[in-house]
Amino acid sequence: MTDATLSPALTTAVLSRFNRRKLVALAVPLAIMTYLAYAAIAFDIAGLAGRARMDNAAVLLSDFWQHKTHVTRDNRSGALRVAIDGEAKGVYPPDRLPGWITHSGQSTRIDLGDGHIVTYDDAGARYQVPGYGLIDIRPENGRLHLTAPQPLPDWISASDNRVSVTTPSGRFAYTRTKVETLRYQPGWALFFFTLDSPFHYMNWPEIAASALWGPRLDPDMPNIAAMARDFWTNSMWRHGDVLWAMFETVLMAFLGTFGAALIALPLGFLAARNMMPFGPLRFMLRRIFDFIRGVDGLIWTIVLARAFGPGPMTGSLAILLTDTGSFGKLFSEALENIDEKQVEGIRSTGAGALQRARFGVIPQVTPVLLSQVLYFLESNTRGATVIGAIVGGGIGLLLTQAIQTQKDWEDVAYYVVLIVLMVMAMDSLSGWLRRRLIKG
Amino acid sequence: MADLAPAHRDAYLELTRRRRLYGGLLLIIFVAMMAAGFRLAESRNAGGFIDGLPMLLAFPSEVLAEAWQKRANLPGLIVAHLPSLIETLNIAAVSTILGGLIAMILALLSTRGLARWPRLTGVFRRLMDALRAMPEIVIALVLIYILGGGPVPAVAAISLHTAGALGKLFSEVAENADLKPVEGLASVGGRWSQQVWLGVLPQVAPNWLSYALMRFEINLRASAILGFVGSGGIGYDLKLAMQWGGGRYDEVVAIFLLLFAAIVTIDRISDHARSQLVKG
Repeated sequence: MTDATLSPALTTAVLSRFNRRKLVALAVPLAIMTYLAYAAIAFDIAGLAGRARMDNAAVLLSDFWQHKTHVTRDNRSGALRVAIDGEAKGVYPPDRLPGWITHSGQSTRIDLGDGHIVTYDDAGARYQVPGYGLIDIRPENGRLHLTAPQPLPDWISASDNRVSVTTPSGRFAYTRTKVETLRYQPGWALFFFTLDSPFHYMNWPEIAASALWGPRLDPDMPNIAAMARDFWTNSMWRHGDVLWAMFETVLMAFLGTFGAALIALPLGFLAARNMMPFGPLRFMLRRIFDFIRGVDGLIWTIVLARAFGPGPMTGSLAILLTDTGSFGKLFSEALENIDEKQVEGIRSTGAGALQRARFGVIPQVTPVLLSQVLYFLESNTRGATVIGAIVGGGIGLLLTQAIQTQKDWEDVAYYVVLIVLMVMAMDSLSGWLRRRLIKG
Repeated sequence: MADLAPAHRDAYLELTRRRRLYGGLLLIIFVAMMAAGFRLAESRNAGGFIDGLPMLLAFPSEVLAEAWQKRANLPGLIVAHLPSLIETLNIAAVSTILGGLIAMILALLSTRGLARWPRLTGVFRRLMDALRAMPEIVIALVLIYILGGGPVPAVAAISLHTAGALGKLFSEVAENADLKPVEGLASVGGRWSQQVWLGVLPQVAPNWLSYALMRFEINLRASAILGFVGSGGIGYDLKLAMQWGGGRYDEVVAIFLLLFAAIVTIDRISDHARSQLVKG
């Protein structure tokens, strides 16, 4: 075989095409980079660093996984209050303080761990910091007198009216009216039982024992029922309300998706070219579908919320309306792509239009339609969270409320975990249903 | 012609009857569930369905009547809100691009036969599942707390979700790619990046681009909604105008017209482009 040589004309043609390809391959990333650079300027990325609140981020991250206990003494009355997150719902009864607080008479000793000890007494308060020394605060003539090893480090800030100390073990603040110590501990506090429930003061083996054979703590019901009640009505975490909200969200997605499918199925038949010979009706229906999809779920949600008020029904109607447009389009397209031979076969037996649809068309399109409906159910479960935030229903409402208070970040973390689990569960449920229904 | 034996015929009729029974039962259960669910949803709603129906048209007609009275303002208002629309479009486009880039990497790393580290494909798949499951509103609202209002939280939220959603679709496409070019490139000593860039990308590019365009349509709607819930873009303008109530309904209509026109135009363009891509 001889060496194959390309004619010069072909060589230049091939090379020029190669070069053009190269240019395109370079130009596309360049265009994307240019656009992103423009967007970065339009979005003012440079100014973002100045506006970002890193202290907020720190609060948020620490609240996600730990809680703080406020140990507060009113300096006028001398009353001591120990409360989780400083909330009224989390106040410890005076006779059942946590083990790291010892309270006797007028003196309170708080063990923050790692050798950090805070003591409140008649004279004032003292904070023993290992490796540094003793911080002693006494009110004298209406001012605070601070005694501490000099020079003062930057984690102590002191004035005549206020002394505050921040260490890795906790925070401490002394003002003329009150003295407060904050201890940070990992975990979500009172997740199972609040302080008014007897089960809070037990450890896990004790709870199991009390559920199985312990004496009744509440004479009206067995211990296990009392536990379920205390968990369900937990005033800190409101598990009952949260689970109801989750159910509402799933309900919105379910009702909206399947309701839309039921409405769109006959409309899809009327809008398919091979089913509906009357052109103007077909055209009108298609434009209606386009209009519904074009107006978009956001607007429909707002309009419906005005008519029906906030709640899950409004949310499900919003999903229903938006999806009717999408399903109408998808269904009519699926119906136009069917195999005509089966319809022909049914027609040859003398079947009417309705029978042809039932036995010739429906069996063909069912798998396609069903898988589309299930895909929408998946994405609507996610969407129902957002719609719930707009119409005021379901977990979306709880989530936006918790975020707006800007302090219940542990609730936000809890809801996020639940939402992600819910979406994943719906994904696998619909995937399973798809496999079962379409194969079987 | 052979008739069916009577035994076979009976068995067949019995089977049909049972199927019909099961189908009917399933339908009844389904309808009952729908009805019960609707009643439940209605009982937990602020207003009932029947009471609300007459009100359904009241709000739109009130808005439209006021906008009609002030129709002279509409062109000016439309121009005034154009920058917000452009911001919404930018949010959607940037998050589709960023999410698409992340999705490309994740898809290639989690596709059998192509993965850089075959043992880690499961990890990348779970990562995509988690990204897909996280609703945009959560990320957006948390980021608004840290970064303040503006388009960046929305971009971050939509990009992350897009990365998960597109990653799955991309990897399904890549799984069907012909591996022969990859083997050819590997045999002449091409690095992984070269194998992917020259062997896989040209094959999957049309389908990937078509999915990305579809995602852009979805993201445009999502960025409008996020604006309404959080901040930034035309959704936020709409919220402000709505909160004002009566007196600024001409503004509501102007914003609505802009949004409607943008969505319909982009749907049309992307529909056309996608059919070209998949055909050509």
